[in-house]
Amino acid sequence: MRGDETADRTRRFQDQVLIHLDAAYGLARYMTRDPVAAEDIVQDAFLRAHRAFDGFRGGDARAWLLTIVRNNVRSWAAARRDRAEQALESLPGQGAEIADEAAPTPEAWLAAQEDAADLRALIEVLPPAFREALLLREMEEMSYRDIAAVTGAPVGTVMSRLARARDLLATAWRRRNSGEAK
Amino acid sequence: MTACPDKADLLQGLLDDELDAAHVRALEAHIATCPACAEAWAEMKALRALLGDPALRPEAPAALRARILMDIGAVPPLHAVSSRSWRAAPGLRRWWGAGVGAGVAIAASLLLMVGPFGGDSALEGEVVAGHVRSLQAQHLLDVPTSDHHSVKPWFAGKLDYSPPVPELAAAGFPLQGGRLDYMAGRPVAALVYRHGAHVLNLYIWPGDGPRQPDFEVRDGYTLMHWRDGDMAYWAVSDVMAEEMHAFATALTQAVMAQNTHKP
Repeated sequence: MRGDETADRTRRFQDQVLIHLDAAYGLARYMTRDPVAAEDIVQDAFLRAHRAFDGFRGGDARAWLLTIVRNNVRSWAAARRDRAEQALESLPGQGAEIADEAAPTPEAWLAAQEDAADLRALIEVLPPAFREALLLREMEEMSYRDIAAVTGAPVGTVMSRLARARDLLATAWRRRNSGEAK
Repeated sequence: MTACPDKADLLQGLLDDELDAAHVRALEAHIATCPACAEAWAEMKALRALLGDPALRPEAPAALRARILMDIGAVPPLHAVSSRSWRAAPGLRRWWGAGVGAGVAIAASLLLMVGPFGGDSALEGEVVAGHVRSLQAQHLLDVPTSDHHSVKPWFAGKLDYSPPVPELAAAGFPLQGGRLDYMAGRPVAALVYRHGAHVLNLYIWPGDGPRQPDFEVRDGYTLMHWRDGDMAYWAVSDVMAEEMHAFATALTQAVMAQNTHKP
């Protein structure tokens, strides 16, 4: 029966694709630095994935989904650039600035949370290509080959981006800690 | 300290579990005898440990999951919302229709200056909670109609004030209907608008607020608050701040137009 088929398809989609919602959201959130845009990107990515699900021939559903998320992020970034180029003075308090949310008052945070918040901020300012490689490796524990597939870059490029991302991050982290010690 | 130049890639491969057993053994033997590589290796592992912190992994908001479940038909769409308007809304339209979006944003910025949110945190929480409740409890609308002429009288018997009920479809925010809600210790009018796949709740009650809209992002929702005449307005939705801004602008203009047409 047709209804059963649809229900079955929906269930398979949930089991194979929707389980990667946090991964999709994490990637979009770090890449856009904007929680609202990240949600829109992810919602749209799932809509697209759902529409294309019949054509998905098994394999790594997470890599497939994250590729869609990544393309949406790029479209979003391109549209933002376009808008900026239209000499639109950025509206006060908009865009990335709201995304940063109110900086937490240090005394209200435990040391561990401060570390996480600072580290998150440092990841967010890595150049996008490095940030993306680092997130897919460290947050998603993807292989070089899968990262290459998602980002459309050769494995060698993935490796050098990862190395660069780690260097930058480790240096920034050391600087932060020595600054704090003073 | 930096690792031996010929070992840097290998160290990274070791960290990422990308080396075969022979290379792993050889490299581990090298690390054991080379202080520079040992130090570099320790630093790499320290960074890996830092990045393992679960606090670095944001969880997707429950509201997002709910919207996706609705999109894929795993749960029924919201009560009284036509499935057509729900599904016909590509979430990215505003990016790819950036020209239109920017136009709206420019128009909005000329009319309203948006300042940072100064206000009442408890009330903000109440407004967000009201919005979330309206989406979750299948109780979005008491009076589901896009006709503002029938929404306004519906409130007449239920409230001791008469909220303006502007139709904003032309600005891209079609009215979906109204609802009675409870906010700030009193019954208030809640108007529901839709923007693409997004629901906007607009709460109106006699009260104070800033002349220029304040806005804030809270729990992933955009909140906007302002006063017009003797009414306080609170709008809440998961749209982007820019769109909330366009909404407030369209609303202010529509209310202004309604007031001038009054005798």
